[in-house]
Amino acid sequence: MTQPFPFSAIVGQEEMKQAMILTAIDPGIGGVLVFGDRGTGKSTAVRALAALLPPIHAVASCPVNSASLDKCPEWAHLTSTEIVTRPTPVVDLPLGVTEDRVVGALDIEKALTSGEKAFEPGLLARANRGYLYIDEVNLLEDHIVDLLLDVAQSGENVVEREGLSIRHPARFVLVGSGNPEEGELRPQLLDRFGLSVEVASPKDIDTRIEVIRRRDTYETDYDVFMEKWRPADAALRDRILAAREHLKAMESSDDVLRDCAELCLALGSDGLRGELTLLKAARALAAFEGDTKVTREHVRHVAPSALRHRLRRDPLDEAGSTTRVARVVDEVLGEPA
Amino acid sequence: MSLPDNSVWTRVEVGLNALAVDPAGLGGLWLRARSGPVRDRVTEALGALPLPLKRLHPSIGDEQLFGGIDLTATLSSGKLVERAGILAEPAILVLPMAERTQPGLAARLAGAIDQGTGHCLIALDEGAEPGESLPEALTDRLALHVDLDALPYGETDRIVLDEAALAEARARLREVRAAAKVLEDLTLLAARLGVHSLRAPMLALRTARALAAIAGNEEVEVDDLTAAVELVLAPRATQFPEEEQDEAPDQDPPPPEPEPEQGDQDEGEGETQSLEDLPLQDILLEAAKATLPADLLAMLAAKKANRGAGGNSGAGAKRKGNRRGRPIPSRRGRLDTGSRLDVISTLRAAAPWQTIRRQESRFERSLHIRTDDFRIRRFEEKSDRLLIFVVDASGSAAMTRLAEAKGAVEILLAEAYARRDHVALVAFRNDGAELLLPPTRSLVQTKRRLAALPGGGGTPLASGLKVAMEVALQSKGRGMTPTVALMTDGRANIALDGSANRALAAEDATRMATAIRLQGFPSMVIDMGQRPERSLKALADTLGAPYIPLPRADANRLSSAVTAALDA
Repeated sequence: MTQPFPFSAIVGQEEMKQAMILTAIDPGIGGVLVFGDRGTGKSTAVRALAALLPPIHAVASCPVNSASLDKCPEWAHLTSTEIVTRPTPVVDLPLGVTEDRVVGALDIEKALTSGEKAFEPGLLARANRGYLYIDEVNLLEDHIVDLLLDVAQSGENVVEREGLSIRHPARFVLVGSGNPEEGELRPQLLDRFGLSVEVASPKDIDTRIEVIRRRDTYETDYDVFMEKWRPADAALRDRILAAREHLKAMESSDDVLRDCAELCLALGSDGLRGELTLLKAARALAAFEGDTKVTREHVRHVAPSALRHRLRRDPLDEAGSTTRVARVVDEVLGEPA
Repeated sequence: MSLPDNSVWTRVEVGLNALAVDPAGLGGLWLRARSGPVRDRVTEALGALPLPLKRLHPSIGDEQLFGGIDLTATLSSGKLVERAGILAEPAILVLPMAERTQPGLAARLAGAIDQGTGHCLIALDEGAEPGESLPEALTDRLALHVDLDALPYGETDRIVLDEAALAEARARLREVRAAAKVLEDLTLLAARLGVHSLRAPMLALRTARALAAIAGNEEVEVDDLTAAVELVLAPRATQFPEEEQDEAPDQDPPPPEPEPEQGDQDEGEGETQSLEDLPLQDILLEAAKATLPADLLAMLAAKKANRGAGGNSGAGAKRKGNRRGRPIPSRRGRLDTGSRLDVISTLRAAAPWQTIRRQESRFERSLHIRTDDFRIRRFEEKSDRLLIFVVDASGSAAMTRLAEAKGAVEILLAEAYARRDHVALVAFRNDGAELLLPPTRSLVQTKRRLAALPGGGGTPLASGLKVAMEVALQSKGRGMTPTVALMTDGRANIALDGSANRALAAEDATRMATAIRLQGFPSMVIDMGQRPERSLKALADTLGAPYIPLPRADANRLSSAVTAALDA
């Protein structure tokens, strides 16, 4: 079994990597949306992240990866309390997936062969406590998007169909990727993503060569390459774990809260989700960098990712939202020190 | 491995050899050709590839791909019988009618290729129009792109792959090394050809390796590289490496510095490197240029329009158009991924037979269900609307009219989230019409495309209607419901053939209008002139469309008038 391409070996795309690390530190940030061209390493980064994340402890054979038996849903009829270590689940949600596959449905096989009314868990169950990855999220069918919105909001999947009445926890980090030229996302779904990043093919020829070189070494000299990058990945994992600890004791002063609020006000973002995400992301960044206090610089650093997708659409604005955020950040927080 | 006569067919042969050496590494082959003897010659040779051949079809379900329960066997034997999916083992996946591939299948196949489990996809693309083709998610991952559409049978030959020699080459493949410079050159060349995806140079490198293994080289050599560039990079080119657009292939390539584009990309170190490697770069560039089709730019324009229009190639218009709709009575059918069993109706269908089946059956079961009892839920699908603006860009008022039309398009798109409408824009002026904005819902794309609009000249009304009808027909095929909104202020004065003949122009316009009406596309005519134009009223009648006089309309009034007419 070959391991995915190591996360640390991904060249460039710093903002995307940072956003993914931040959600790994604090899943409460609520997901990453990666928009950009093909072949820019979007899928690679998500798969690499899965391999990087620390494993979780879960009840063996629990369909929703519960941490202890009392949290397992009763419909699973589990009795064993054996706890196993499994990798953080990263579940792919393919386009054209049916509603049954997403939320789960009556287990037809059991119903027909043994006449038993049983629930067959769907992708949402498998993604609990992990990641749900949607490639081409902007092309996802509407009714699936509605489902996801609902579950991402409540953290619980409720199935009421075919005589089944079942609920189970479904807390996951949404990771979406797509190409904005092929269609845009509804503001409601955009808002559910904590952070959003824009990626582009590297323009600099040396970077491009480096990308190809590493990929080539990964393929032709797998063992040596993995050996080389394993320490870096391990160090990153330790840093993420340390940051999770750090996060609990993180202080955020009133000044920082005020900064967040003022930024969101100035940008006219809807609701309070913007402020909350901005603060959480800034805290996670501070924790990752080993600081004990959130500062204005942390806020400045994460502001584009946290706010870019929350602006009101202005059909007459020619400049991209990234420019708008950057401008407002400079106005509100002052020029970078 | 050099190509003596540089013909398409030789390239096909070389490509198949490379594919036989490293099927999984190269991802596969995108073969654009109609079904026929030429294509058959290629598919016959596939038997020599080192993996089992498996045939897919564009509407294949998950169960067949990934495996699942064999329902018929399960029901008849009374115990669970599972069936392995096609993707369970490495295989050469042959996908005929690849242009019909839905984005969902494309995503699954792309995933299968990405996982490196050894799959290799042969996409047989039979697309007739530039707009119909394999989704980009897949073309990007398949190393070899071959277009055989224009190739006569006489220029083809039987392809014989030497299986023994290829097996040896496969054994040597892992030993083949590539110099660091090779890698840099491929990347550089890809950038110069405007190939942005980084998968392309990677695939070119693997192809070169495979070719080197065939030639018995220990290291990738110039010939291998040249062939790889021709096979992988040249078909993906989106720009000529030089600024001159109609550069003849046999001209000497100028050194790389004079190109502004190149200069930008080659900051610092890159520049010196490319100068050092000038000979190799030159050879590769020459190879790429020799295979670039002369009408590259036209083809690119078509491709781009396709990308915007979404075609079957991944913009997902069709899926969005076919949302789950109102449920309608269920019907007998087969159970596969796309369908949902209506349990109650299935039981109801099986109920009358229970006594008989119980007597016949060897099993003790409370319920006897056969596959033909299955009732499948069905939903009536509702399509998305497509609004095609046909805007008169002729005469003096062209600029204002175009600007207002553009504003209206943007307002409609901004509201489109609620209604999920798509918008397209056709402008006509001088002697023809142009699809300025292919059907889209993307505000980003609209802005990019409508940034500069040309105006002035005659009024080729018929051409405008013709383009609009083509767009409407295409989008209808993708499950949308098109509506044509014509905005003009004057009479047709240019005929379909481009001649300035008022009578003929009017006649052509009427003919096109009748054709649109016969196709059953709803339409509306918006008269933006100062005074109502009688001929437009007549045209509206021919179209069976409402006639809306709207002098000096601005974007807001336009969009509300259009919305009102649509909802009426």
